[in-house]
Formats: sequence, C-alpha cells, structure tokens
Amino acid sequence: MATVDLKDVEKVYGGAVKAVKGVTIAIPDKALCVLVGPSGCGKSTLLRMIAGLETISSGTVSIDGKVVNEIGPTERDIAMVFQNYALYPHMKVYDNMAYGLRNRGMPKDEIDRRVKDVAATLELAHLLDRRPRELSGGQRQRVAMGRAIVRNPKVFLFDEPLSNLDAKLRGQMRVEIKNLQRSLGVTSVYVTHDQLEAMTLADILVVMNAGLVEQMGAPLDIYEKPASTFVASFIGAPPMNLLPIVASGNGATLADGTDIGMAAPANAVTLGFRPEDVDVVMNADRPEGAVALPARVEAVEPVGAESFLYCAAAGNRIVVRVSGRATAKPDDDLRIVAKSEKLHWFDQAGKRV
Amino acid sequence: MIGQSPVRTLIAHAVLIVGILIVAFPIYYTFVASTHTLQTILRPPLPLLPGGEFLRNYTEALFGGIGRIGGVGVGTLLLNTTIVAVGIAVGKIIISILSAYAIVFFRFPFRMTFFWLIFITLMLPVEVRILPTYKVMVDFGLIDTYAGLIIPLIASATATLLFRQFFMTIPGELVEAARVDGAGPWRFFFDILLPLSRTNIAALFVILFIYGWTQYLWPLLVTNRNDMNTIVIALRKMVSFADADTQWHLVMVTAMLAIVPPILVVVLMQRWFVRGLVDSEK
Ligand SMILES: Nc1ncnc2c1ncn2[C@@H]1O[C@H](COP(=O)(O)OP(=O)(O)O)[C@@H](O)[C@H]1O
Ligand SMILES: [Mg+2]
Repeated sequence: MATVDLKDVEKVYGGAVKAVKGVTIAIPDKALCVLVGPSGCGKSTLLRMIAGLETISSGTVSIDGKVVNEIGPTERDIAMVFQNYALYPHMKVYDNMAYGLRNRGMPKDEIDRRVKDVAATLELAHLLDRRPRELSGGQRQRVAMGRAIVRNPKVFLFDEPLSNLDAKLRGQMRVEIKNLQRSLGVTSVYVTHDQLEAMTLADILVVMNAGLVEQMGAPLDIYEKPASTFVASFIGAPPMNLLPIVASGNGATLADGTDIGMAAPANAVTLGFRPEDVDVVMNADRPEGAVALPARVEAVEPVGAESFLYCAAAGNRIVVRVSGRATAKPDDDLRIVAKSEKLHWFDQAGKRV
Repeated sequence: MIGQSPVRTLIAHAVLIVGILIVAFPIYYTFVASTHTLQTILRPPLPLLPGGEFLRNYTEALFGGIGRIGGVGVGTLLLNTTIVAVGIAVGKIIISILSAYAIVFFRFPFRMTFFWLIFITLMLPVEVRILPTYKVMVDFGLIDTYAGLIIPLIASATATLLFRQFFMTIPGELVEAARVDGAGPWRFFFDILLPLSRTNIAALFVILFIYGWTQYLWPLLVTNRNDMNTIVIALRKMVSFADADTQWHLVMVTAMLAIVPPILVVVLMQRWFVRGLVDSEK
C-alpha cells in the first residue's frame, strides 16, 4: 500500500513562527505512527503538511516514494479524521460517507456497495438516514471514521480523533481503531496529546517537543529508555520521578546533601526512576547496588488494583506505585529503594547518559 | 411573572388590541374605499363597511387600465414591480454571497482592501450617488428598462457583511474535510456552503424583496414610460392635485394590491425559516 517519508520537514507560519523545525520520520507500509507531545508542539501542523492542507516551508513529504509537496490533498489519496469530526451538517450519514467518492466520479452502485459495507463494519447501518446532529458523540466519531475508510486511501491521518469522547468510550474506540487499522492494513499517522493512547496504539511512537522530534521508536523501548528528561516525564502516568543530584567523591547526593547510596555516572545531574520500579522498605538496611532514600509519606491514593504513595524526600516529591492495598500511612517514615538497573541518568542538557 | 393577575392580562390585551387597531384601521379603511364607487368615496362620510363594487373595481384596475397613467393596468405594474423586486433581491444575494465567499475563503492580494472598499460603500446610500448613476444609465441607454431599474441597486455591502459573518463561523475543519474529500472551490460552494446558508438566504430574500418593492426615488428617475413604472410610482402618479381628477376607488384598489405580494413573501418565507431554524446546526 504505502510508505510515508518525512525529510527535514519545516513549517514557518507568517515568516516568523517556526512551528516545525526539521522533522525526519520514515513510516513503513501498514504501520501506525503516533505523534505525541504537549499542546502547541507542532503535531497538527506536521499532520496537516502530510495531508496537503498546509504548505511545506522546507524539506519533503513523500507518499509511496513519491514527493507530494506540490500535490493537493485530493490527489495525495489520504483520508483524515478530524478532532471535531467535521461531518457535513446538512447531509445524511450516507451522503457524508459517499461525498468523497462521488467527487471522484465513482459509479453509483460501487459507492452504494462500499458505503453499506463500511457501515456494516462500523455498526452504522441503521443510522445511514440520520443527520449528524441526530447522532451521539460516539456515533459521529464512527461516521467520521467511516468516511475515511470508505475511501480506501493510501494513508489515514487522525488528528486527536478521540479527544471529544468520554473516558470509557475513548477506551473502546482506541481498541477499535487499532483493530481496524490492523485489519485494513492502511498506513496511518495518528496525532494525540494523550500518552496512554500513544503507547497503546503506536507501532512507531514519535515524541515531539517544541517542533522537534525528541525520540522515536517502539513504544516500550521509549518507555524503558527515554532519551531525555522531557520524554521521561511525558511518557508514563504518573510520570517518572526525576531528582537533581550532585556527584561527590565516589558517591552522589541529592541537592541538600542526602547520600543516595550509590555512585552516579559521569556528567549525570538528574536521577530518574519510574513509580513502579521502586520498593519501599520500613527497615534501615542499605541494600547494595541500589538507590536508597529516606522519605516520608505525605498522601496515599488507593485506586483499587494499585495504590500510589506520594512521598517527600529531601524536598523532592516522589511517587511510588505499589500493587494492591498500601500498608504505609501518611506521616510514615520509610526508605525508597530503586535497583540500579531500573535507574535512568540524565546530563545537564537533559539527555540520557 | 408579568400578566399573572387577570387585571394585568386584561390591560395587556387591551393595549395590544388598541395597537393592532391603530395599525390595521387605515388598511381596513383603504380596503373599504376600494369597494365603493368613486361617487361614494367623494361624498363624505365614507361608509365604514365594504360596499358592493369589489369585483368591478378590482377587474377594472387589473385589466381595464387606469386613465391617469396612460391606461396601464395594475397587472402590468404588479408584474414590473415583481420583476424589479425579485431581480434586486436575487441579484443582491448572488453578488454578496459570491463576494463574501471570495473574501472569507480565498487568499489573494489586497483581500482586506477589497473588504474595506465594500464596507465603506455602506456609508454611501443610493441617493448620494444618484446623479452619476443616472448619467451612466442614460449613457448605456438603460432608461425605461428592467436592467436600468435593477442593476444600480444590486450591490449590497450589508448582505456581503452578513454572509461574511456567517461564513466566518463555519469551522475550518469542515472546509478541510471538503478539500480532502475532493471538493474544489465550486463544489464546496454549491454542495456545502449554499445548503448551509439557506436560512440566511431566506431571511435576506424577504428583507431585500421588500426593499426592492418599496423603492421610490430610483424608479421615479429611471422610468418615463407609464408601462415601465413600478406600482409605488404609478400610485403616486394616479393621484392628481384636483380631487375630481383622481379615480380614488382605483387608487385604493392599487394600494391594496401593492401590499399583497410583500405580505405573501413574508408569510411564505416565514414558514421556510422556521423550518430552517429548527433544522439548523449550531
Ligand atoms: N495558522 C497558523 N498561523 C500561525 N501560527 C500557527 C498556525 N497554526 C498553528 N500555529 C502555531 O504553531 C504551533 C504548533 O501548532 P499545532 O501544530 O496546532 O500544535 P499541536 O497540534 O501540537 O497542539 C503553535 O505554537 C501554534 O500557535
Ligand atoms: Mg493540534
């Protein structure tokens, strides 16, 4: 079907605002690539450049090996699902789905067959005669998906398609999108600011920050080896604990001089560990090859299957995830232990060391 | 709540009824006058009830021709006025929807300059530019033509601004969805913009039709021939300084007939926008 290649893509708005500052991504055929990042980091701009809705200031976008910089959205053979669905309010569901096909001059019976097929797959068959305003949010979302699928394009583009749904529906649709994408085998680019969506959907995860790619790769690789403090704190919820440290002699201490219990690599100024990678121990022994920090529990949040302990250690907030019920109570003093293989170290520039 | 007590309800209704009577009485009286013979009208007091000349008066006015305006029948006048009013309303809508479309959805050099030029013409009513316009019409030989009656009045800054405001509320995503769906500028206009604008168009049509129907100064200038008059002009011409010279019964018939089409347009289109409003998307 199609590969999508971005090469040094830049976008400058109005000669001044640099929204995308040189992005190179290669998306193989049938892959689902998720662009994730905080609001305003240029994800939508990048997606819209792939769609052809925004001009490309420099660099190239290729679909299926062909540079499409100068080609309009219609000829790029892409389909897009918008955040607010962008259904035509005056058209019935059927016509919303058929409109793009009609504009391409497809014969009526072929259109009818395709629309009905897709409507059946998406369980929209009984809604074909309704107008968008007579549908629930979830149904509109499905129609928007259907409008994209019916076109059978080379590439699907999604711009935060689930952000207007409630949490439960969002979870269902996420699974459904993943399944549909896999069964249709259409190369897709999916934009979201939600790290959970990003982690669960992506074949290739691209973490963006301020117009640049911070890290790119398989979601779990990124989770396990975040390339920077930005990625470390963006991917994962609750985010990774990050503590400033100072190297001293053959050990290292927190900013206030508390010994962390082991040496830091050269250049490291930040220590990170994930909430689930820590043990809390009540006794005072010092385990070997691990960071051990004295901490006081400030709050306990039981969520059911797990609990979060919010602890204070020398002026830093540390979140700890324990499974099941927590035995610790607020104001307990305990020791936080993180094994050395679970530690992440970052240098002055925030890069992983 | 206001109007809870019966006394208040009574007062409120009394005020409304008086209001309606004040508005409706002259129209009723015109109707009464249009059903009497000239002699009855000229001999005061005029009866308060309709007379028996309804059919004769209306037939005479519509088909017989009226002496003071060169024997032209009211039928011709109604036809002229309808052509002019519809021409102005439709012309204004077409021109203003197209200019608003260009200004809102296209990027071209001096876009805002054009917008402000249109905006500024709001401050120049027809009357201000009436002499140069008249000269242009004379030079083009458009005196006593429908084109001469319609064309100078069909540019509308107000309607352009209204459509612009409406188009600006159309989400950018919808425009982009249409582009991805392969709709070029014309398809987008006809398949999406026009259907979404239909309530605005209906409302504007009513306002502009009445505007065209009641035009006075311009038709007065640009028509000389009696058979090209609009009904308002003809009505004025039918009234002479001398009472005895004026066929008052026919004047009254013409006045009655002159208000029927605007009323019809309002009533018919009203149903249309109510449906449009119920149908419309936020
Ligand atoms: N049409 C535009 N004109 C000028 N600046 C824009 C325009 N669209 C977006 N931007 C700017 O570009 C940056 C990236 O925007 P966007 O791609 O929408 O971010 P995201 O989708 O990641 O939230 C933002 O700083 C935004 O203000
Ligand atoms: Mg966005």
